[in-house]
Order: sequence, then C-alpha cells, then structure tokens
Amino acid sequence: MSRKKEARKIIFESEKEMPPVPMSLGSMLHNRTGAWRNIKPVIDLSKCIKCGICWKFCPDASIDIVDEWPQINYDYCKGCGLCAEECPQKCITMVEEEK
Amino acid sequence: MKKVIMGNHALSYGAMLSRAQVIAAYPITPQTQVVELLSEMCADGTLNAKFIKVESEHSAMAACLGASLAGARTFTATSAQGLALMHEMLHWAAGGRMPVVMGNINRAMAPGWSIWADQNDSLSERDTGWIQFYCASNQEVLDTVIQAYKVSEKLMIPSMIVLDAFTLSHTYEVVEIPDQSLVDQYLPPFNPPWRLTPDDPHAFGGLTSPDHYMELRYKLQKDMEKVPALVEETGKEYEKMFGRYLGQVEEYLCDDAEFIFVTSGTAGSTARVAVDELRQRGIKAGNLRIRLFRPFPFEKVRSILSRVPRVAVLDRNISYGHHGIFYQEVKSAMYGQPSQPLIFGFIAGLGGRDITRDSFREIADYALSRDRVEEEIVWIGVKK
Repeated sequence: MSRKKEARKIIFESEKEMPPVPMSLGSMLHNRTGAWRNIKPVIDLSKCIKCGICWKFCPDASIDIVDEWPQINYDYCKGCGLCAEECPQKCITMVEEEK
Repeated sequence: MKKVIMGNHALSYGAMLSRAQVIAAYPITPQTQVVELLSEMCADGTLNAKFIKVESEHSAMAACLGASLAGARTFTATSAQGLALMHEMLHWAAGGRMPVVMGNINRAMAPGWSIWADQNDSLSERDTGWIQFYCASNQEVLDTVIQAYKVSEKLMIPSMIVLDAFTLSHTYEVVEIPDQSLVDQYLPPFNPPWRLTPDDPHAFGGLTSPDHYMELRYKLQKDMEKVPALVEETGKEYEKMFGRYLGQVEEYLCDDAEFIFVTSGTAGSTARVAVDELRQRGIKAGNLRIRLFRPFPFEKVRSILSRVPRVAVLDRNISYGHHGIFYQEVKSAMYGQPSQPLIFGFIAGLGGRDITRDSFREIADYALSRDRVEEEIVWIGVKK
C-alpha cells in the first residue's frame, strides 16, 4: 500500500479535458499538508503488533503499510494524533516538532 | 389505471414509478404526505428502496447526495423552511453534478409562520444550479417526476418539482397512473458516467484552485443551456408513450392573442378561465404558463411574447426591494429584442391568499387601460 503516485500539480489546459465534477483534480496530493504539523507521531515498532488500526483510522490516509509494518508519511500527516489515541499497544508517541 | 389522489401522493407515485432507490427525509412539519406514502411503500415492499430517516432537511439532502454519488437514483421532498435549511446542500448537488430529484411544496417562509402557498421558498434557491419545474395539476406533478429523472440523469443536474401548497398538495384529482413496464421503457436504470466506488477510487468535491473552478462552472452553465431542448425532446417522447406532452411552457390561446398573462403553478389554471371570460368580452387574451423556470426558457418566451403588445406577469412571490421574480425574469428575457411588449408586474396571493378570477379581471383592467408602466409593482388584493 505504498504511495506510488508522484505529487505533481495537475493543470488542465482546456475545459474539454476536465471532468464536469470536481473529481480527483490532484490538488490534495500536491498540497503537502505535513508542513501544518506541530507535533508528530512516532511509532515504536518493537511494541507494534501490526494490527493496522492506525492505518484504518488515519483521516488523511497518511499511514502506509510497508512490508506489513505501519509507516507514517510525514509529507501529509497533519499531526492530529488520532493514531496515537487509537493504538491498542500505545506504541505511538506524539513528539514536539523541532524548528 | 386511474386513481383519485392528492398532489403530495402524485409525487410519491412519480418516485415509485421511477424506481427511486434511496429516499431520505425528515418527518416533521413542513414535511408532507409525500414521504409518508413512500415510507409505507418501502415498508410493504411495493418499492424496493432504502428509506433513510434523518435529523434535518440538510441531512436529508446530504444522504441523497452520498447515495447519488454511489450510483443510486434518489428522491426527497420538502417545503419552505425545510428547503431553506437544505440550501448549502443544494449547491453541493448541482456543483457536484448529482441528479437528485426533489419535490418542493411551495409554502410561504416564516415569520409569520405559514403553511400556505407562496413561491418565495423555491425562488430563493433560483441560483443554486437546480432545474426547476412548476406544475399546475396532480397529473403534471406525477409525469414531471418521471421526465425530470430522464433530463437530470442525462445532464447530471438535479431537478426540483414545485407544486402549490394545498391548491395542489392536498387537493384530490383524477390521475392516470402509468404502467410500470412503460415507465421502465421510458426511464432506464440510472447509470452515471462516474461514481463513488472502491473499484476506481476518486476524491469528489475536493479543494479546487483558481486554475479549475471557473471551468467547472462554465461546464455546468453549458449543460444547463441544453435543458430546454432536452425538455422538449423528452416531453415529446413522453407524449408518444403516455399521451401527455410535457414542455417548457403551456400556451393557452396565445396564437392570436393581443394581451397575455404570464403565470406559473396553479394560478396558471385560473388564468385560463380568466382568458375565456376576456375573450367573451371581445378581448383577445391568452395565457403563458411557465413550467420550466430554471433554466429560463428564453427562446419560447421571446417567440410568444414578441408577438403581443401587452403582457401582465403575475407573481406569487417578491424579491424585496425589487419586483416579483417572474416579472424580473420575463423583462430580462425581452430586453433588447426587436419587438418588445409593454410588460406590467403584479403581485398577488402571498402566504396562500386566494388568486381568483376576480384577481385576473383586476389585472386585465389595469393593464389594458394603461399605455406605460407607472408602478414598479401593482399589488392585487392588499387590504389598503
């Protein structure tokens, strides 16, 4: 489930190329919301049981499962802390971002 | 099969025959029997649809939008304050190109609290991007629901079917209920060009930068402009199969008319009687009832009104500080045309006050005795 798409800005040159609905215009991929973060989640993989709950709950789809283990995508994670709250092993800590 | 039913139930039967798959509604005033009958149909298996009870009209429309985006044919109904509460979601429906069909019973806005006929509720939603049909009989209500799905789903623009409170909503009339098999032939299952599905994941309604927003609006307007021709086409097809034509407007004795009432809703039926009376007095009168209000049927209205010297527009609504809303729209349609009639604007029947033959007589007397527009609004029936 790793992120294969490249974060690039989609610009249509003509309305004829565009879907009539605001549908996957790619702006969120381009918009690296990780910069909004004040605190970041850090996973202690030694305690992780690979349950996938953090992956399921992440409202920004910013946790990938890489070789069965959760990996946070800091390009997009806004640091909401939902994963840390929901983790049954309490192995995710929210750490202050350094300047 | 013929049945004697009220206008509310004409909406229910229309939704049933169209095989609506998801119906969401908030079951309290100003809701009407529209969804009551539909909930019974869902419960007893007459209609194979999911009935979702929600906690507000805003949520009712939101539920329809989710279902519509997932590919379901959706229906809801409301009135007045309920429609106003949906306002934000109406923009989502049109902007997101979700062809929901909704019944709206025209009721006056509070305060003072009112449950009676008045068009200000639906006309306040004029600019949300919804197609609007105004009906004058229960038969027309049922037929228009079926036609609206066809138009809406072809262009992916939602439709509102509008009917007057009480004079249609609670009035019983003989209505021909079409055969389900024929309706199925006319209206194939909903098959949207895009949908919310795990098989092809997409984000809908996301942040749209100035690079693209304007093009989305341009495309909505361009598709809106296709509606009048499609209403004619689907209306003629409907006539072929069911014997009843559903056009953009209803003309009554307009061909040789020298004076035309422009009306909408049930007042359009009363106007026909008034036209007959005027003709007996030797005045060549006619009635143009506007059925399709959004998009505005420019071509139709221009071709009919440019032939006459005098026009009287009746509004059961008001844009405070301006005119009756149909009056504004008709005048704007005629502006710049080579032949322009004298157009008078009248407001009557607000909050359910009756619009009678006498009202039309008063309107005709006023319009026929003046050679220029003297007042911004001519009020009919105000206790002065």
